[in-house]
Amino acid sequence: MMPLAMLRGLWRYRGFVTGSVQREFQAKYRNTMLGAAWTVLSPLAMILVYTLIFSQVMKSRLPGDTSEYGYSIYLCAGILTWGLFAEITSRAQNVFLEQANLLKKISFPRICLPVIVVLNALLNFGIIFGLFTVFLVASGQFPGAVFLLLLPVLLLQVLLAIGLGMVLGVLNVFFRDVGQFYQIFIQFWFWLTPIVYPASILPPAVRDWLAWNPMAAVIGAYQHILVGGQAPQWATLGPAAALALLLCALGMHLFRRRAGEMVDEL
Amino acid sequence: MGKIVVSQLGKAYKMYPTRGARLREWLLPFRGPRHQLKWILQDVSFEVAAGEAVGLIGINGAGKSTLLKLITGTTVPSTGGVYMEGTVAALLELGMGFHPDFTGRQNVYMAGQLIGLSVDEISALMPDIEAFAEIGDYLDQPVRVYSSGMQMRVAFAVATARRPDILIVDEALSVGDTYFQHKSFERIRQYRRLGTTLLLVSHDKQAIQSVCDRAILLDGGRLARQGKPEEIMDYYNAMIAERENSTLRLAETDAGKLQVISGTGEATVAHIALYNAAGEAVEVLDVGEPVTLAVTVAVHAPIPRMVLGYMIKDRLGQPMYGTNTHLKELPLDDMQAGQQVTYRFQFDMNLGAGSYSIATAIVSTATHLVNNYEWRDLALVFTVVNMRRPHFEGSAWLDPQIEIQRS
Repeated sequence: MMPLAMLRGLWRYRGFVTGSVQREFQAKYRNTMLGAAWTVLSPLAMILVYTLIFSQVMKSRLPGDTSEYGYSIYLCAGILTWGLFAEITSRAQNVFLEQANLLKKISFPRICLPVIVVLNALLNFGIIFGLFTVFLVASGQFPGAVFLLLLPVLLLQVLLAIGLGMVLGVLNVFFRDVGQFYQIFIQFWFWLTPIVYPASILPPAVRDWLAWNPMAAVIGAYQHILVGGQAPQWATLGPAAALALLLCALGMHLFRRRAGEMVDEL
Repeated sequence: MGKIVVSQLGKAYKMYPTRGARLREWLLPFRGPRHQLKWILQDVSFEVAAGEAVGLIGINGAGKSTLLKLITGTTVPSTGGVYMEGTVAALLELGMGFHPDFTGRQNVYMAGQLIGLSVDEISALMPDIEAFAEIGDYLDQPVRVYSSGMQMRVAFAVATARRPDILIVDEALSVGDTYFQHKSFERIRQYRRLGTTLLLVSHDKQAIQSVCDRAILLDGGRLARQGKPEEIMDYYNAMIAERENSTLRLAETDAGKLQVISGTGEATVAHIALYNAAGEAVEVLDVGEPVTLAVTVAVHAPIPRMVLGYMIKDRLGQPMYGTNTHLKELPLDDMQAGQQVTYRFQFDMNLGAGSYSIATAIVSTATHLVNNYEWRDLALVFTVVNMRRPHFEGSAWLDPQIEIQRS
């Protein structure tokens, strides 16, 4: 399937894609009384727990920053965006397995499935991040125009997540170990990325290794913008951007070559 | 519009000896393939003309489902290809992707979008869908409270909401209550009259023979035979009955119809004829006329228990009446080679005007699946005409006594 044909199929099935996103969102909170409020409540609870434990109970302060909210913002900048990354990759790696029945029985553009995953994750992220933005404005911590620079970083991060998610998703159909492995891997990845702790507390020897973690640069960029109110150091994002393109290319290649075989395997 | 061309179609699944083998093949492609191919379907070619209805038959595992999946495009062929003109609707698995927590109406939108309809199109079709499904207020209840029949009604209504150029149906019609089966079948017939090409997979003889112009028999992943539905159905039945060292042959009757004879041959029908009340052999009979069907069986090898059965079928091959000497509790035991037995079945020919055939079976039990000594389709062909009665419709003579009360 040529990329153009793929896009055309996607456009023809746009109703299915948007409908699925909408339904998946509704399905999650159907039969609950609070409904969509849960979308907000659960991440909010998570943020509260982290914020309370680290900034209030353990009195953690960012080095060189004594403000009360500094650490909370730092934490949220990392956790929320990491959440988006984790959701896209973990959902994408299972999407073909979860939709096995649909894939086997109905003929539709397969590319819709990963697109639905990404749109869903973005929708969830939009809600929680919007909430966070409200908090920033309300607490007088809004960084100003530099906030817009989040968009290119987000784009880069989503590309990285889609690329990785597609690669994992296709591989996971053939080698189920991939999914199991990634679940463990992403735990380590989270803690090996300066999200909960600042990079500066790491010993210099370890800090050098962070250059090998593309997510460290991406999360660092968010923290720069949201905590420091500064434009990110674009050069540090170079490797992540290169990796994102590479993974997207590999993901599409795998998807196009193996989509047919995938259905046989399900 | 509505043409299907299947050429040289083949499907093989890759079988890897171990899980690691696939990984090695992917990582080291230059070291050659490490899988074996398991062919499910091979070298299948046929065409379905626009507006034609073709039945696909074959035992389980013959490759019917795989063929349908290849045609609808869910599975990618290993060899050959499928070419289709026009819109396609496939009723392979009804109710696929229904979400139990959403209402029937919401699921209609979801299912509609999955087959490529837009929200506006579905909204426009909704009144039709609602009317066809006939589930009333349930349409706005979550699907989890539906019975399987109700779910099926909604699913069928959406899938066939718009007349496609090509309709592909896989046994889906056997689900649901009788009323809805009739209704859905009627819709298929109606679409067919309007020019929809139909590809129908079924084990149901009646369905195939009453709708299809042609039938295709798949056997072991290959196209075994194609032709008139009755002929293929007979061949298929004979094939099922075919056992070790049994023969299957085709003989041509006087009328030019193909007669399928199969069986192991321990006993055969030596002579068969219909006689009227005057004892004359006849081929044309009057409605309601008393007749005698005489069948002479020649025994060629010892048979512990012999049962003779016959089936009267209409010109489409649909059974009108069938019985056998097992059901009538008249089996014959310990038959010896060289013996001849003549059976006489007396009955009134209570059939409507038309052409009928009689198939015979010499077996040992109630069915031909245990021992099939001889199975002979179209052993005898006869015609019923209405000479003395007022005109009536249909193939059964169910003459009523009429009583009318006016008040």
